[in-house]
Amino acid sequence: MLTRRVIPCLDVRDGRVVKGVRFASLRDAGDPVACAVEYERQGADELVILDVSATPEGRATALDTVAAVRAVLSIPLTVGGGVRAVRDAEALLGAGADKVAINTAAVDRPEILGELAARVGVQCVVLAVDAARQGQGQGQGWEVITRSGANRTGIDAVAWIRRAVGLGAGEILLTSWDRDGTREGYDLALLGAASAAVAAPVIASGGADHAGHMIDAMRAGADAVLAASIFHDGDLTVGDVKLEMARAGLEVRL
Amino acid sequence: MPTATIVRTGVANTASVVAALARLGCACTLSDHPAEVADAELLVLPGVGSFGAGMGSLAAAGLVDALRDRIERGRATLAICLGLQLLCAASEESPGVEGLSVLDTRVERFGAGVTVPQFGWNRVESEGGLVEPGFAYYANSYRLNEAPAGWRTAWSDHGGRFVAAIERDAVLACQFHPELSGQWGRAMLRRWLARCGVREGRAAC
Repeated sequence: MLTRRVIPCLDVRDGRVVKGVRFASLRDAGDPVACAVEYERQGADELVILDVSATPEGRATALDTVAAVRAVLSIPLTVGGGVRAVRDAEALLGAGADKVAINTAAVDRPEILGELAARVGVQCVVLAVDAARQGQGQGQGWEVITRSGANRTGIDAVAWIRRAVGLGAGEILLTSWDRDGTREGYDLALLGAASAAVAAPVIASGGADHAGHMIDAMRAGADAVLAASIFHDGDLTVGDVKLEMARAGLEVRL
Repeated sequence: MPTATIVRTGVANTASVVAALARLGCACTLSDHPAEVADAELLVLPGVGSFGAGMGSLAAAGLVDALRDRIERGRATLAICLGLQLLCAASEESPGVEGLSVLDTRVERFGAGVTVPQFGWNRVESEGGLVEPGFAYYANSYRLNEAPAGWRTAWSDHGGRFVAAIERDAVLACQFHPELSGQWGRAMLRRWLARCGVREGRAAC
C-alpha cells in the first residue's frame, strides 16, 4: 500500500533559499543544500524546489543549485519555475531533478504536456495548478490562475486537471490561491473535486498550519501534502507531522 | 575507485543514480558499446520510457546478447525499474516485442482500482538477502506478478502482491528506485556493491 507523502518546498532565488528558513541547527539557512539535507533527515518523502528567479542569470544558477542538491539528496526531487519549453525540462532533469513542475506554459500551450511525456515519461511531469474560488461561497468552482496571480484565466480548474492528465501530466501539484499563506488549512472541497476527477496523484498545497490540516487534506483525497513556511519556521518537523498522521491511522513511511 | 558503467538507453535520466553511486565511492561512465557492457566491472541498466522503446534501443546498439550473457552468468549487474521488466520475455505495454527473456515471465499493467502510475513509497517485504524490509520509492505502471524460479524475491503490494526486487548471484533487479529510496536504498546499494566485491572508497561515509 502506498504511503501518504509529506513534501517540503524550498523557494530559491539566485541560488539562495527565500522565505526565511529558520532551522537553529543550520549554520546557513539560506543554503538550499543544507536545507535539503535537513529535510531528508527529518523524514521528508520528497523535496520540491521552486525557482523564483526573475532573470536569465538566476535561472542558470538554478541548474547549479539542482546539481548541488542532487549530489546529497537520496529522495525524489521535483523542480519548477520558469519551465517554458521541453528543453528547459530536459536541462533540469539533466542537472539532477527527478520530476519537473510546469504551470503557466502548460496553460498557454497544453500540447507541451504531451511533448514532455513523450520525451521524458509521465513519471517526470508534474502539472502545477494555482486555483482560485469563483464567486462568493460554495459551489461555483475554481478557476486557473497564472503568472503568479496576475492572470485569471476563466478556465475551470478541475476540468483543466482532467484534461492535463489525459495529455500527459503524471501528478498534480494543486495550490489553493485563496488559502496560500493564510494558515487556515487546505481548500478541502477543491482537493476532493480534483482527486475525484483523476486517477493521478494530487499533492495539496496552500494553507497548512499544523498536522491536523494535513490529515484533513489526505482524508479529502490528497495523496501528498506540500508545505513551506510551517516547516521552515522550525517549530514543526516533517517527522512530527508524519507521527501525527500515523496516529490518525494514515499509512506513512517512518 | 570502482567504476560503474551505466547503459545508455537514449533519454535516460541518470543523474540520480550517478549521484547515489558517487556517494558510495563509485565513479560512473555511460556506454552503449557491446564490449564495454559485456566487460563492465559493475553494470547498471536504468529504467526509462516504454518496454518497446527500451528494447529497441538495446537492440539497435547490439547489447541484447551482452546483457543476457552477463546476467545468466551472475555478473555484477543492477537493473532499475524498467530495467527489471526488460529481463522478462514480454510486456503488456508493448505487445509483440520480445524482451531479454532471462526471465520466462510477462510484465503486466497494474489492475483496476489502484492509482496508476504507482507514484510514491510502498512497503517492501523480504526474507533476507540484499533487500531488507522497509519502504521503497516507486514510479511505475507495469509490474511482475510471479516470482521467477531460482531468484530470491522481495514483494510489495499495490492492489495485490507484485515483485519488488529479485536477486541471483551479483545480479540485483529492482522495480523501485534504490537511488531515490533514502537511507534504506543507500544501504541496499552498499550491500550490492559489497556482494560485487567492491570495497568502499573514501567517499562512502
